[in-house]
Parts: sequence; structure tokens; C-alpha cells
Amino acid sequence: MIASLALILSFQLVGEIASRGLNLPLPGPVVGLLLLVGACIARPGLARRIRPATQGLLQHLSLFFVPAGVGIVAHLQLLRQDGLGLALALAGSTILAIAAGALAFSWTARLTGSIDPAALKSDD
Amino acid sequence: MTDPLLIWSYLSEGPLLWLTATLAAYLIGDAVFRASRRKSWANPVLVAIILLALLLWGTGTDYATYFEGAQFVHFMLGPATVALGLPLYDNLPRVRKAAWPMLAGLLAGSSVAIVSALAIAKGFGIGGPVLASLAPKSTTAPVAIGIAERIGGQPTLTAALVLMTGIFGAIIVTPLLNALRIRDWRARGFSVGVAAHGIGTARAFQVNETAGAFSGIGMGLNAVLTAIIAPLALRLFGG
Repeated sequence: MIASLALILSFQLVGEIASRGLNLPLPGPVVGLLLLVGACIARPGLARRIRPATQGLLQHLSLFFVPAGVGIVAHLQLLRQDGLGLALALAGSTILAIAAGALAFSWTARLTGSIDPAALKSDD
Repeated sequence: MTDPLLIWSYLSEGPLLWLTATLAAYLIGDAVFRASRRKSWANPVLVAIILLALLLWGTGTDYATYFEGAQFVHFMLGPATVALGLPLYDNLPRVRKAAWPMLAGLLAGSSVAIVSALAIAKGFGIGGPVLASLAPKSTTAPVAIGIAERIGGQPTLTAALVLMTGIFGAIIVTPLLNALRIRDWRARGFSVGVAAHGIGTARAFQVNETAGAFSGIGMGLNAVLTAIIAPLALRLFGG
């Protein structure tokens, strides 16, 4: 567990150094993510070793957003002035973006024959 | 026995109390989510935020004091983002097969998110730094803040807008895509990752592993694309 965590943190650290050192548009953890994928391709044993730790982290991904989320409350006065416009812009654009992204994805999948029967949601 | 007020003044200054409170609030949020049979409106992040906000308000604690304790949880966002690499690696054969659909979904989702948000806000007479703070709200918080700073937005407002977008996206995605009859887990996950970054990805992992993997990819790709589109779109709307 500690060894896996140290490995994951090392990828983040290298990612952070690369992101800042090379002025990349991606934040350090995202660079670390890409490096981790590359390392797993090069050495599949790595994936097996860190899998329990990554599953533990991802199972509770929601938890890690809570402290920043509480910050919304601290900034409520910022939102009050343009509240209605901002709320409708957020809600409207998020609905449209999810719909547009999902429809574009599935239409293109049909056009290019990239159908994946194992990835279909069963009807409830 | 020691005066309870002394114990309180000791606890309220250290990280122990607010770290424990953050974990407890999340566990309650998670329990509500399970009790609702994993319905998307019972979002554990939202429940935990409301509980903690009430607690801070009730005890007269400011956010800076709270964050002293909660920063340990906040820090884990970084390693958790790196950990998204593993489901991506596990799904690589699937990802290779879906390159074109992902490109189409990315371009559509990313540009619609930015342009429609700016258009609606502009319709309400919003402009200047608030509009600039809104433009990158669908992308992951550290990237969004960086973009907002570059195009004249306010970092704290951007952070709040990013989080609210994520929570709203995580709540709306399941009923929305059911109504549109999208059954492909790849499309469902990818689109919520593009539109609602990590909080959307957390929701996708709650529902399906493949959706979670594709959501993580959507989030990462949109971090790059938003950095390019947001300044252009803002100029279009005269921000």
C-alpha cells in the first residue's frame, strides 16, 4: 500500500516538474496520468502492483472534491450578483454539452463501425 | 474536568476536527447515496458540502480554518488523478477502437459547453471578468483556473463555477442520457467527462467501470482543448 502510494506520488511529482518545467498546458497530475499509462505499457507488471491502491483511490474519488466544494459557500457573495444568469448558463450549457458529446460519440461510432457490444448498457 | 470551551478552542484551531468532519460528512453522503439506491440526485459530494457548510455556519468557523484540516483530503485529488491512468491502461484496446467517436464527442462537447455557456450568460447581460471566469468551467479545476487567469477571469469564482458544473453534470447525466436513449457506456462516460470533469468522472465510476475509464479520458482531452477554445470563444463574445 505504502509502496504503491509512493509510486503514484512519484508519477505526480515527475508530472508536476515536467508541466512546470516545459510550460505544458496540462496540470502536473494529468501529465502524471499519461506517464503512468506509458509506464504500464512498457512494464505490465507495474499495473498489477498498483491496482489495489488505484482502485481504493478511485472508489472514493468523490470524497476528494468535498474540501474545494465547501469553498463555494465561502464565495457565495461572488455569485449573488449574477446568480440567475450564471445558474442558467451552467445548467443549460452542461445539459447541451453532455447531449452533444454523447450523440456525436455514438453517431460517429455507428458511422465508423466502432461498435462495442460489451460496452452496452442493459435495459433496466 | 477541563472546561469544554477550552477543548473546543484547542480542537477548532487544529486540523484533526475538520479532517474528521470532512470524512464523516462524506460517509453520511455516501450512506444517503446508497440508501437512495444509488440515485444520481443523492450526490455524495453535494450532501457532504451541505452538511459541512451548515456545520461551519453553525460553529462560526471560517473557510480558511476549515481548510487547514481538509487540505489533507484535498491533496489526494492529485494522486487520484494519476490513478485514473490505470483504468485508461486497462481499456486501451477499447480506446484504440474508439478514436474517431472520441474525437467527435470531444469537439462537440467541448465547444458546445463553452459557446452555449457564454451565449446564455451574455443574454443575461453578464460580461467582463465574470464571463471570462465562466468560459473554462467544464474543465478540471487546476486547468480552468490557469485558463481563467490568462483571459482575465477571477480564480476563486472560476473554482466555484467549475465545482457547480461538476455537481450538476453528475446529477443530470443519468436521466438525460436515458431520455436520449444512449446505451453505449463509452459515449455516456466520455460525454460526462468532457462536460463535467472529475466530479462527472466520479459519478461515471459509481455506475460502470468502462464509463469511468472513458470519462477520465474525456476529462484529460478537454483540459487540452479548452485551453485552446476558451480564449477564442471569449473573443467571439466580446469578453
